[in-house]
Amino acid sequence: MSAVDERLLPRPYTLVAELSYRCPLSCAYCSNPIDLDRRRDELATSDWKRVLAEAAALGVLQVNLTGGEPLVRDDLEELVAAARASELYVNLITSGIPADGERLARLAAAGLDSVQLSVQDVDPAGAAWIAGRDGLAAKLEMASAARALGLPLTLNVVLHRGNIARTAAFVALAEQIGAERLELANTQYLGWALLNRDALLPSRAELAAARAVADEARERLRGRVEILFVRPDYYADRPRACMDGWARRYIVVTPDGTALPCHQASSISTLAFENVRARSLAALWNDSPAFRAFRGEAWMPEPCRTCDERDVDFGGCRCQAMALLGDPAATDPACARTPHHELVLAARVRAEESVRAAAEPLRLRRLPLR
Amino acid sequence: MIGPGARVRLAHKVRLRRDPRTNKMVLLYPERGLELSETAGDIAALCDGRSAGAIVEALAARYAGVARERMEQDVLAFLRTLAERGLLHVEEETA
Repeated sequence: MSAVDERLLPRPYTLVAELSYRCPLSCAYCSNPIDLDRRRDELATSDWKRVLAEAAALGVLQVNLTGGEPLVRDDLEELVAAARASELYVNLITSGIPADGERLARLAAAGLDSVQLSVQDVDPAGAAWIAGRDGLAAKLEMASAARALGLPLTLNVVLHRGNIARTAAFVALAEQIGAERLELANTQYLGWALLNRDALLPSRAELAAARAVADEARERLRGRVEILFVRPDYYADRPRACMDGWARRYIVVTPDGTALPCHQASSISTLAFENVRARSLAALWNDSPAFRAFRGEAWMPEPCRTCDERDVDFGGCRCQAMALLGDPAATDPACARTPHHELVLAARVRAEESVRAAAEPLRLRRLPLR
Repeated sequence: MIGPGARVRLAHKVRLRRDPRTNKMVLLYPERGLELSETAGDIAALCDGRSAGAIVEALAARYAGVARERMEQDVLAFLRTLAERGLLHVEEETA
């Protein structure tokens, strides 16, 4: 018997399936964990097929097949087909490297619904600085293949000080490749990005200029390209509604089968996250102490507990509280209502003072393809 | 502006299905979803290339108690909402 009444629990809408941490890119803001090298174990095809079916039974409607780079998995076609067999809407989140139009056609035939393609920079030197290599030619080829197959295409660009001045060029690229959606998502400073924060955080003026470009483009392209602009929470004064609340709408399964409420959650060393090899996804979602830890409002400290915005941002990002304060149950320092906000303000001051980005060496993530 | 003569079809990226948890119809599209009321679900299911006016006709037969004029207003308003979100392919009536 379940320890909790399942009727009172939220249900997950989206499964984020991190199929592999292997990746041809080495982005300095990667959302994969910092201790990548200790995490090379990967679930078998049969495990993933079970996870996909269990997710659908639990209420999940969408699956994001991501990584690392999901194309490194030879069984991707089989997993797409399995997801579609469970009626899931299947999004492929890819770097587009290596470009392979025939493979994309096989994935489309297996039931793939949409492609989200990342572009690091339109400037080859900029791409090499942030990701260790330039891959734009491959990405353009994949975009073209996606359009030829009729797959809806989202272009995702992570913004930071090294590329934010080229926001207009990213808009032009989205138009050129026929993307239906452009995500201009500023880096959030967790994991690898936090290690590189002083080189990546843009100044307030750079951020404002990029935002103005995005606002203009959104009006001009309305009905053709949907444009999202996500600012860094360091400039927001209120925390992000991270994952729409802890264990509320999303469930992440890592390459080795660990179930998490968000990509970064394994950084919270005080929680023990369980594995899909040991328990069903439903049991993990409903009963796992790690999923229950910050669900709802009971865990909240002041000022969140009595805050009139607590059902808007859910107290912000638990991983950011862990990273900056060593306490995952603290109010997110991105919030101006906590005294710890001074940590974020100090980083902003450094962003105004520091030298230009490309001069600074970055700590790039590394995990070879094999 | 969508009028009764416009032919409408759900956009290629959109999948209409029933959510087994709520028993409501949902529109799924890249990384998003839209939960529909019973009537909206009925309208969405009829967006198969027929005209907005033909959708009104089909629904009028199904919901006998609803005034025809009110039905047309509701259908057109919902179709415009879908079009604004890029979820509907619209072929305007040719003169």
